[in-house]
Amino acid sequence: MMKKVRGLGMGKTYPGKLFVVEGCDGSGKSTQIYLLKKWLESEGNIVFFTEWNSSELVKESTKKAKKKNLLTPTTFSLMHASDFADRYEKLILPHLRAGYIVLCDRYIYTAYARDMARGCDPDWVRNVYDFAVKPTAALYFQAPLDISVSRILAGRPELKYHEAGMDMGWSNDPVESFKIFQGIIKKNYDEMIDEEDFIVMDATTSIEEQQVRVREIIKEKLVEYKSPYRKM
Amino acid sequence: MNTRQFYGKGLPYLKLEDLQGKLIVIEGPDCSGRSTQISLLKEWLEAKGHAVLDTGFKRSTLVGNVILEAKKGNTLGKTTLSLLYSTDFADQLENKIIPALSAGYIVLADRYIFTMMARDIVRGASKEWLTKLFGFALVPDMIFYIHLDPDLLLHRTFAKYGHLDYWESGMDLCLSGDMLESFKKYHSLLGEEFKILAEEYSFIKINGKENVEKIQAQLRKHIREFLEVD
Repeated sequence: MMKKVRGLGMGKTYPGKLFVVEGCDGSGKSTQIYLLKKWLESEGNIVFFTEWNSSELVKESTKKAKKKNLLTPTTFSLMHASDFADRYEKLILPHLRAGYIVLCDRYIYTAYARDMARGCDPDWVRNVYDFAVKPTAALYFQAPLDISVSRILAGRPELKYHEAGMDMGWSNDPVESFKIFQGIIKKNYDEMIDEEDFIVMDATTSIEEQQVRVREIIKEKLVEYKSPYRKM
Repeated sequence: MNTRQFYGKGLPYLKLEDLQGKLIVIEGPDCSGRSTQISLLKEWLEAKGHAVLDTGFKRSTLVGNVILEAKKGNTLGKTTLSLLYSTDFADQLENKIIPALSAGYIVLADRYIFTMMARDIVRGASKEWLTKLFGFALVPDMIFYIHLDPDLLLHRTFAKYGHLDYWESGMDLCLSGDMLESFKKYHSLLGEEFKILAEEYSFIKINGKENVEKIQAQLRKHIREFLEVD
């Protein structure tokens, strides 16, 4: 009795569609997923959108812990995993099971790339997120490091402590530290391309060009798809 | 003995060559008398000249509030709850237990990863997933397990609190709509899981039916022997 094991995600199927965008800060992925959402909705689909580190429940604690600089690579990883799990169990999976389109601005690959950069064991990190389903498509917005870094630095005069990877002690200069951190993250993403079936997007072309390509890709994935419900 | 072992992948970014202290874990259900035993052990060990840190896995402040909040509203997914508990445990381990061990303390841990594992396994978590998840945990020097049958535990719970608690009765598992019934079923499931863990992780089993003094005497005997040999 009661020995039914809670399923792990990667082999699980679901009637909905899950599209995720990944890439370094400044790769332009958030703009692209926003435009994708607009288009899908204009076609009459019901779309559920969620972004990294936004669980109502966990967000506040993460913020506090970051502020007090209490986190180690492992607790940093586990807090973000808790945040993801909360959104996954409450929002992402139920929407997929009900047949909707789900868009995620960052998914488990963000955790892989960042936690590995912080020195967590790669197999350990992958195991933590084993409960998550494989996306219908994962779009990786790839840009040369100097382009994504300069986009971030241009728009933001001050980098946050963890965002810049200052907790790792690579450099006392936030900009320098940020560049090192982003470099490792980019390398980690690049190395995941084959294994995780990323669709690589050239993030150096214009926003419009990229969006045309995004819509082509998603359209192909939705050929057989029918929205389970239409708003009156 | 300075080369500490982890259960799995460990904490690769830490250098842990010099953990002189000892890690002693006491597991057992709520109302099994764990904390009484720990405070008696602490007094005894301090009288013998050891520096002692006692730590429980609920005392962390990192996500403790989130867990409390969420439990009130009963709004947590099971995987989320597992991960929140493991966050708190990792926080305790890295910020309290490991520093104390490297300073040569005897650490008395009021529960460890096993309570979390047993609770989660009866809630349907994959054991393999949990084992890997807690791969960052240090292997303790000794693990005591105070076991009690569910009936006696029920009476101890009434004696201590005067009533049963929703979570401690495992009501979220929907084993029974009746809290007393659910309590018994839940604790016998946990007991079975602990039996398996006891074999796998070489627990020293202590019969919780005995009185406080007898249990304390047994614990001291084991610890004394361990400290002499070491």
